[in-house]
Amino acid sequence: MIQSDRRQLINVAILIVGILVFWEIAYLIVGELAMRSPHETFAFTWKLMQTDLFWGHVSETMQAFAMALAIAVGLGLLIGFTLAIHKLSGDAMEPMLVALYSIPKITLYPIILLAFGLGMSAKVAFGAIHGVIPVALFTLNAVRATKPILIKTGRVLKLPPAAMVRTILFPAAVPEIFTGIRVGFSLTLIGTVLGEMFASQRGMGYLLMNAISLYNVDLIMAVTFLLCVFASVVNTALLIIDHRLHHGA
Amino acid sequence: MKPTQIYQIAIILAFVALLEVLCLTKVIDKITMPAPHFILRDFFLMIIHGRYFHEVGQSMFNVMIAFVSAFVIGIITGTILHAYRLVRDVMDPLFATYYAIPVFAFYPLFIMIFGLGDGPQVLIGYMLGVVAVIVTILNGLDRVPRVLKKTARINRLSPFQTAIRVTLPFCAPFLLTAAKLALAYAFIGVIGSEFIMARSGMGYEIGHAYTNFDNATMYPLILLLLLISIFMNGILTAWEKVLLARRGQA
Repeated sequence: MIQSDRRQLINVAILIVGILVFWEIAYLIVGELAMRSPHETFAFTWKLMQTDLFWGHVSETMQAFAMALAIAVGLGLLIGFTLAIHKLSGDAMEPMLVALYSIPKITLYPIILLAFGLGMSAKVAFGAIHGVIPVALFTLNAVRATKPILIKTGRVLKLPPAAMVRTILFPAAVPEIFTGIRVGFSLTLIGTVLGEMFASQRGMGYLLMNAISLYNVDLIMAVTFLLCVFASVVNTALLIIDHRLHHGA
Repeated sequence: MKPTQIYQIAIILAFVALLEVLCLTKVIDKITMPAPHFILRDFFLMIIHGRYFHEVGQSMFNVMIAFVSAFVIGIITGTILHAYRLVRDVMDPLFATYYAIPVFAFYPLFIMIFGLGDGPQVLIGYMLGVVAVIVTILNGLDRVPRVLKKTARINRLSPFQTAIRVTLPFCAPFLLTAAKLALAYAFIGVIGSEFIMARSGMGYEIGHAYTNFDNATMYPLILLLLLISIFMNGILTAWEKVLLARRGQA
């Protein structure tokens, strides 16, 4: 086990070095006009992180993201459990949810903007829309796959529906639900940042859009870099927990 | 008709009826959303007059380029990667975290590098899709039974022949899943980037109509986009079902 952990660490290290080399080569080809080299980006990111203005944008994005994630997870669980318990609804709604999942939600953004107005609530709604479907789909399939004997035990004990969900269905489905939350996490982040790119005066997405109009290559590179690092670090942590849940460590 | 189908139609009708009532009673005002029957009327007018056909065609063309390149390059990369365990182990963490990275965040960078045109949009659609194809193909190739590989070896097939004649046909259902994912991502990538920043295309027109409060254009276009993507996805899903049924897996 420890040996394979070490192997994985070495693999990740090789990968990171590979990405940096790729980045440097791309920079050498593209040139100063449109890109920055890794160390220039690190230096600028470091400088950026010492300004108060930047942290204001970060906290704005994080607030919107946290709210969107909470809504996505809460609503996703509710939809997932409802559809799993009521079989006809589940059978009918699942393909519709899958279809919704595959449409470019970004084009729905104007509708959300018109409905919620400019500002925080539109961003949150847009983030939540991205995250809610995977959480619902994973929950639905996890609850459906619960071992029949567990459900029978619950019936024998005459558990009311609420207790059935709390003591049997939910605990049995936790590993799969967590996978759904992990996928939902990434999509919610993407949704929130995208939301900020269009209709916001603050946040990381706004910073990115603003940098394009100002042709500020340093800022574009730094914000893109930070978003990627944040997403991969959190996702890796979630993956490790996910793995433990699935393999009963 | 099956009960699930009746249920589905009932849900859609109920949803549209709810919107209609909300719009007619002015709970949703006209600036936010016109009543569904107005949207339908504008939609048919748009189709009859052939407005935006050119833009839609252009977007679909870009979607297809992004889809085909992601699919083909994904299959080739996945097949090669499957043969080299070490490289695959190194790439695995990248594949696992890839979809957590907001690929759209690279769009500004691509505009800087390639200029504002079709290139960056196709590239975003391709980048979103290609990893999903690779991961799905690897997953499929892992399931090829030993006996098939042995048969290929006995017949002295070259690695290329083995892939074309044995392993990839075995993975057909996975190929379809990969195609479905690549198509959905190509849509999201191309239309999304057009919406963010472009000079033409369907996503651009939707964004443009939004900025001008031109609901008579925006809603029909969104409806058309939804119909196209659901239709294409539906075809591939139906095909997938046929294939799985033939293999007795559905």
